[in-house]
Amino acid sequence: MIPDLLVAAALDAPAFSTGRFRAEREADWIAFDALLTRLEKRGAKGLSSEELLQLPVLYRATLSSLSIARATSLDKALLDHLEALSMRGYFLIYGVRQSRFDRMARFFTRDWPLAVQAVWKETLIIAAIIILGAITSWSLVSSQPDWYYSFVDEGMAGGRDPRATAAYLQSTIGHGKAAASEDEGALHVFATFLFTHNSQVSILSFALGFAFGIPTMMLEFYQGISLGAMVAVFTGKGLGYDFGGWLFIHGTTELFAAALSGAAGLRIGAAVVFPGARSRLQAASDAGRTAGKVMVGVIIMLLVAGLLEGFGRQLITDTVMRYGIGTVMLLLWLGYYYIPRRSTAT
Amino acid sequence: MSATANAKMRTAQKGKIRQFITPEGVDLELKIASSGLRFGALIVDLGILLAIMILFSLFLDWIDAAASRDLIEMIWLLGFFVLRTFWFIGFELGQRAATPGKRLMGIRVVARDGGRLTADAVVARNLIRELELFLPLMMLGFGASEDAVSGWTAFAGVAWSLTLSLFLLFNKDRMRMGDLIAGTWVVMAQRSKLDHDIAAEAEAAGPMAFSEAELSVYGIFELQELERVLRIRDARAMREVADTIRAKIGRPVAEEDDVFLLSYYRQLKARLERKLLFGKRREDKYASD
Repeated sequence: MIPDLLVAAALDAPAFSTGRFRAEREADWIAFDALLTRLEKRGAKGLSSEELLQLPVLYRATLSSLSIARATSLDKALLDHLEALSMRGYFLIYGVRQSRFDRMARFFTRDWPLAVQAVWKETLIIAAIIILGAITSWSLVSSQPDWYYSFVDEGMAGGRDPRATAAYLQSTIGHGKAAASEDEGALHVFATFLFTHNSQVSILSFALGFAFGIPTMMLEFYQGISLGAMVAVFTGKGLGYDFGGWLFIHGTTELFAAALSGAAGLRIGAAVVFPGARSRLQAASDAGRTAGKVMVGVIIMLLVAGLLEGFGRQLITDTVMRYGIGTVMLLLWLGYYYIPRRSTAT
Repeated sequence: MSATANAKMRTAQKGKIRQFITPEGVDLELKIASSGLRFGALIVDLGILLAIMILFSLFLDWIDAAASRDLIEMIWLLGFFVLRTFWFIGFELGQRAATPGKRLMGIRVVARDGGRLTADAVVARNLIRELELFLPLMMLGFGASEDAVSGWTAFAGVAWSLTLSLFLLFNKDRMRMGDLIAGTWVVMAQRSKLDHDIAAEAEAAGPMAFSEAELSVYGIFELQELERVLRIRDARAMREVADTIRAKIGRPVAEEDDVFLLSYYRQLKARLERKLLFGKRREDKYASD
């Protein structure tokens, strides 16, 4: 605080002076600064209701001081302080209008499904690309097993290739005698590894979207290819039905998530190429926001898929049950996303 | 500094300022953060992440004996994934919209359209970071591991991915790929303490009148430089500045440096502010009075 003597001297000065201006308003700035600091540290709970009511008043007083100071004062320190204070105030007062819990609830009930709905065209395209990749590699590997090695990475395959025996293949999908002897723990670790790996692939296929969506489509095609090759190996040994169950239990969730991440990327790519009436920058940022929401959902879906893969698949070895759970999950996702809901309840 | 250099510096500073009008109609004049600050913030954040990862690994190694190996491995994998993906997102969703690195550099993220910074924008800009940071590294690793790929192919891959990563150097708003797609900017958000009014102090310092001619040699730029010197209060700098002013206006060394500078500052400020009220802003000593 400034000494009373100085305030008195400043107020005595004739007409308008910046000293007088400062003496009159300084108390407001200091009070506003103190409120903001508490708001930043402890959130709205740190302030009493009177203080909360004071906040916008002090904010407007500070903004008006800034305008006056810019037009009349040459005190650099004062100007800098007022600018910084106004900016902090602006972002705190206009920044967050909801509590974290409200935002979370809103995301799950509205933002996430609506964003996924909005990219339905892209989702269909990506799904078609994945299926196309799968069919391509499936027909190639079925007719000529050697193709397998150029499609699937050795490390990811874990010995599941055309050279393997039917018994071994059966053991990898949780049937037969060998399954019992398999190290349970190692499977959990492998599932965790798959979750982080898949998430990274999804993030990448989203992030590559801005390059007109082409790398995204290539990446998704490649995912389809390795899927088709794997299916071909198992069907070749007459294990198609069991393998389907093994894949289905988590695959519906995981592949859906993969398709959505590709759709999010494609959305951005399409916005950059065909911005419509908006500017390219505007179109890209609009698409980016929708895609961002989809991507949060994709990570959650992959987590669910990881849980189904790591635990559900180890505990449930009955193929019919596996198909059942996979179908239920698929229906759940489809219902959650695409059942129409009122879109104007903000 | 010459008149042209002075003018050039001012236009350079102006080029960094973006209009940002609040609903109350005041322009907040946000300043775009420089690429150096952005890079510094990134290095700080990555440093902290690395430190946390090392400590986390050591901790897990320490409790290894008690729990099962696989559980630890799972926690390790998941922990790293969560940390790497949500470090930036979590902090930028907070009240100050800045990671610890950004706070240290005094910068923050804002939405380009002046609206509030939404969670989806923060998520989008940070998932793209994954690409910007790791694509060049991946390309490098790819080139090193695969013999089939020639050195030139790897080089082309790295160069291509670097143009994405260094995208912020090629536009004047210093937006990286993620900012472009999320519709955000990174701007200066430095705090500055409310310093005392040195003009008010000078009043008490005693009478020492300067003539109109003596005061008309300087403009606003010089006034604010003088203010800076007076706030730092370094005796040598004050001596130098006082001597320069005395030589310029032709006064003998008669008073203490600080007394002389304070009263000169106060009267110069009063004169320039009076002119400002009449709509005349004299930017520096080269501008006409």
